[in-house]
Amino acid sequence: MTITEEKKGRTAETLEEATIRFAGDSGDGMQLTGGQFTNATAIVGNDLSTLPDYPAEIRAPAGTLAGVSAFQIHFSSKEIHTPGDYLDVLVAMNPAALKANLKDLKSGGMLIVNTNAFTETNLKKAGYDKNPLESDLNQKYQVFAIEISRLTQLAIEEMKLPGKVVDRSKNLFALGLMYWLYTRPMEPTIEWLKKKFSSDPTILEANLKVLKAGYHFGETTETFISNYEIKHAKIQPGKYRNITGNEATALGLITSAQLTGLTVFLGSYPITPASDILHELSKYKHFGIRTFQAEDEIAAIGSALGASFAGGLGVTTTSGPGVCLKSEFIGLAVKTELPLLICDIQRGGPSTGLPTKTEQADLLQALFGRNSESPLPVLAAATPGDCFETLIEAVRIAIKYMTPVFFLSDGYLANGSEPWKIPLVNELPKLDVNFRKDKEGFLPYLRNKETLARSWAIPGTPELEHVLTGIETEQNTGKICYDPTNHDTMMKLRAQRIEQISNDIPDITQHFGESKGDLLILGWGSTLGSINAATEKLLEKGYKVANAHLRYLNPFPKNLESFLKNYKKVLIPEINLGQLRMLIRAKYLINAQGFNIISGHPLKVSAILEAAEKLLKS
Amino acid sequence: MAITEPQKYTKADFESENDVRWCPGCGDYAILSAIQTVMPTLGIPKEKFVFVSGIGCSSRFPHYMSCYGFHTIHGRALTVATGVKSINPELSVWVITGDGDGLSIGGNHLMHAIRRNQDLKILLFNNKIYGLTKGQYSPTSELGKKTKSTPYGSIDNPVNPVSIAIASGATFVARTLDKNVKHMIEIFKKAAAHKGIAFIEIYQNCLVFNDDAFKDFTEKDIKDDHSVYIEDSKPLIFGKNSDKAIKLNGFSPEIINSSNGNSREILTYNEKTEDRGLSYVIGQMGVENPDLPVAFGVLRSVEQPTYQERLLEQERLAKEKSKKVSLEQILNAGDTWIVK
Repeated sequence: MTITEEKKGRTAETLEEATIRFAGDSGDGMQLTGGQFTNATAIVGNDLSTLPDYPAEIRAPAGTLAGVSAFQIHFSSKEIHTPGDYLDVLVAMNPAALKANLKDLKSGGMLIVNTNAFTETNLKKAGYDKNPLESDLNQKYQVFAIEISRLTQLAIEEMKLPGKVVDRSKNLFALGLMYWLYTRPMEPTIEWLKKKFSSDPTILEANLKVLKAGYHFGETTETFISNYEIKHAKIQPGKYRNITGNEATALGLITSAQLTGLTVFLGSYPITPASDILHELSKYKHFGIRTFQAEDEIAAIGSALGASFAGGLGVTTTSGPGVCLKSEFIGLAVKTELPLLICDIQRGGPSTGLPTKTEQADLLQALFGRNSESPLPVLAAATPGDCFETLIEAVRIAIKYMTPVFFLSDGYLANGSEPWKIPLVNELPKLDVNFRKDKEGFLPYLRNKETLARSWAIPGTPELEHVLTGIETEQNTGKICYDPTNHDTMMKLRAQRIEQISNDIPDITQHFGESKGDLLILGWGSTLGSINAATEKLLEKGYKVANAHLRYLNPFPKNLESFLKNYKKVLIPEINLGQLRMLIRAKYLINAQGFNIISGHPLKVSAILEAAEKLLKS
Repeated sequence: MAITEPQKYTKADFESENDVRWCPGCGDYAILSAIQTVMPTLGIPKEKFVFVSGIGCSSRFPHYMSCYGFHTIHGRALTVATGVKSINPELSVWVITGDGDGLSIGGNHLMHAIRRNQDLKILLFNNKIYGLTKGQYSPTSELGKKTKSTPYGSIDNPVNPVSIAIASGATFVARTLDKNVKHMIEIFKKAAAHKGIAFIEIYQNCLVFNDDAFKDFTEKDIKDDHSVYIEDSKPLIFGKNSDKAIKLNGFSPEIINSSNGNSREILTYNEKTEDRGLSYVIGQMGVENPDLPVAFGVLRSVEQPTYQERLLEQERLAKEKSKKVSLEQILNAGDTWIVK
C-alpha cells in the first residue's frame, strides 16, 4: 500500500504513532467520522485500535455535556494493543465536547476546535462562564481555532442548500482536515459517500466538496506547521479487514452454522451493547441463520433452548441485566445437558448502570448466577477480532460436551475495532455433530465415556422418544428421581463433566516476558491490550515480569496453578472489584493482588504500569 | 410432511411406562386419556409429536405420554415450543399449561405466541387454583375466593382465558371440560387440524384444593341450564329441555325462550366468524354474569399464515434474492487490504 506523499514544498513528518479523538454533539456524526478515519487508516496499513464513546440517550439535548459523542483511534507503525491513554489531537466540534474531553489531551497536544460553535448559548449549555478559547489554553496546548461551520458553508455556498445540510456535513470538513494532517487517502470515504448517496447526487456533491475543502484547507493555509505520516506497521502477512467485536461475534456465529451444518437459532431481545449482533445476523436468513426477536429476555433464551432440543444451535445474545432474567433457563440448560450459547456483552452495572460503557463485572454472574450448583464453561474474548475465534471455540465445547456455554465480551470489544486477519476457511476447525439415530441401547442420559456427554437425540427421530425435565433425574435413564444417593451422584457428575473439559483446552503461557520471574500480570477479557502494553514497558525498564491472559474462565487451564507459582507475585488488573482475583485466591491459595478501576472505560496502560511497579517495589 | 407409510397406532402406543402421579380422581386423567385417544387418529408419525410444558400439576403431562417431551420451567413452555417448532416446522408441537403457569407467570408469552400465530396447540388446564403449591388463588379464581393465601377472600378480579386469547388474535379458540370426554376429543381433533395457534381452555376439576369449581357445568341436574354447546352455524340453544336460547341485544347476550316463535331472533354462531368482537362476547358469557350460560366449543377458527410459514417464505425469498454467497465471501466482505 503506497501513500501519496505531500509535494507542496512541505514534507510530512514521520511519526511512530498517534492517538486522536473526534468529539462533538451526538448529532454531529462523530461515530461515522471516526469510522471513516479508521477505514482509511486500516488501508494505509497501520496497526490500530479504536474506542467509540457515545451517550446512552439517543438524542440528548444538543450542545450539552450529556449529548457529547466521541470516537478515539490509536494508530501506529508498530504493533499496538490499546486505543491509547492520552490524546495527541482532540477535535472538538462544540464547547461541550471540549469540556468533556480536554482532560485527556496530552500537554502540548493539538486542539482543533470549531469556533463557530462557541456561541454564548453553547458555552452556557456546556457550563462555561467564559469562552475557554479566550483563556490561556494555548499555553498548554497547540490550539487551532478554525471556523469549521463557516468554511463548510463557504465550500457549498453556490449550491444554495438548506442550512441543515451545511450543518450536517461539517464533520466531513473535520475529517478531510484530519486526512491531510495524517496523510490518509480520501478515496475510501469518497467511494463510501458515492454508495451512500447514489440516489441523491446533490447531497453527494455537497459532501464531496466539504470533505475536499477540509483536506485542502490543511494543505494550503499553513495553519499547521507540518503534516504527519505514520508508516504501515509490520504486521503478519495476510488479508485484513477492520472489525468490531460485535461484527466478529456475528461472523463467528455465521461460520459456526457452516462448520457444524446446524441451523443457528438466535433468540434475542434488544439490549445495549449487544443488539448489533442481532441486527447483523438477521441479514443472513439465506445462510443457515434464524433470528427471533422475542418478547423478552426469557423468551429469547427459552426459544433458543427449544431450538437446541430440536436439533438447532441455540444462541442468545444479551448484556448483564438480560443474563439476570435468563438465569433460570440457563439452569434448565445445565440440567438437561443441551448445547446452548449465552453471549453476554458486558456493560456497566449494577442494575441499568452505564449501558453504553464497558465493564467486566459479570464474571461471577456467569459462573455462579443461578440457583444451586449449576456449572458450565465460561470463555472470554480478549480483543475485537478474538471474538470470532473464541466464539467458535465456545460452540465447539457446547456441542462436543452437550452443555450451555457462556461467551463473554464487553462494550469496549463490542464497539471497538482493530485490523483483523481474515481466516482461511479451510483452516477453520472442524465441528462435527452426530445426532443419535441408533435406538439400540439408547438412554437419554447415557454418556460418552471420554467426553461424559449424553447423546443428542432430536424430536423426529423414530424410537428415541424421551422427556427432558428440570427435575432431578436418574443417572442414565433420565427418569424423575428423588433418591438422595442419585442426587449426590448427579451433582458431582455435572461438576466433573465440566471440570474435565480442561483436558481439552490449551495450557496457559505468557504473552510477554519469561516463564519465571518477579511478577506475573494475569488478565482476562478486554484488558489484554492494556496489560500487553504495560508489560512491554515494564520489560523495557528491565523488570522480570510477564503477562498471561485467560480465555477459559471455567474450567481453568490445567497448568494454571503451577504456572502462577513460577512468579513471586501476581497482579490481576480487572474492570471490576476483583472477581478473577477472588477465584484465583480461593482455588490456588495464591496471594494475588488486584488493580481495579471501574470507570466505564478500558484500563489505562499507565495506571497498570504504575500499579505493577508499586507491587514490584513493595 | 415426510412421506412415510402411516403407521397404525393405538391409544396404548401413546401411554408412557411412568406411573401417573396426579391425585386420584383429578380431572387431568380424563384430559390425558382424551389426548391419548386422539393422537393415533391424526395420521402423524409418533416421533413427530412434542409435548412441552411449564410447571404445575398439569405440566407433568409430558412424562405420561410416550412422545418427545420437554418439561421446562414455570410459565415458559411457549417460548421453548416456539424454538422447537421454528427449527423443525414438521413437528406437531403441543403445549400443556395451567391457569397459573399460562396466565400468571407466563401471561406475557401467551399473548405473544398467539399474536404471532405460532403453529402450536395450547391446552390450558384451568382449575382456578394453584394445585402443586397446595392451594393459593390463581388468576382465574373468583373475586372473594378464600384460599391459603387469601384467608379474607381474594380482592383480585379474575381473567377469562379465552378473552385473552381472542384479544391477542388467536386463530383458533375453544373451551371444553374434563367431564365431557366426547367433547374434549372432538375439540382436540379440530385443534389438531387447525393450521396455526390453537388455544383450548379446559375446565378441570381439582378435587383437593378447589373441588366442585365447575359443578354448574358438570352436575346432571343443573349443567344443561348453565352451558351452551356451540355447534358450527347452528342456533345457540340450551337448557335441560332445549327450551332456552341466546339472542343478542346490541353487544349484550340475553336468554330467550327458544320455542315461542323466536327462532329468527336466536343467534346462529359461526365458528369461522371473522368478527372477533362477537367471539369475545360469546366467550365472556357466564363468566362475568352467572345468569348466562358458559359457551363450550369452538369460539373462533380462522385461517391466517402461520409464523412458521412466514419464516420459511422469508428464508426462501432471501435465498432467491441473494446470489449464492460462500462463507469465504462473507468473511472477506467490506474494505479489505493485503499485508505482504
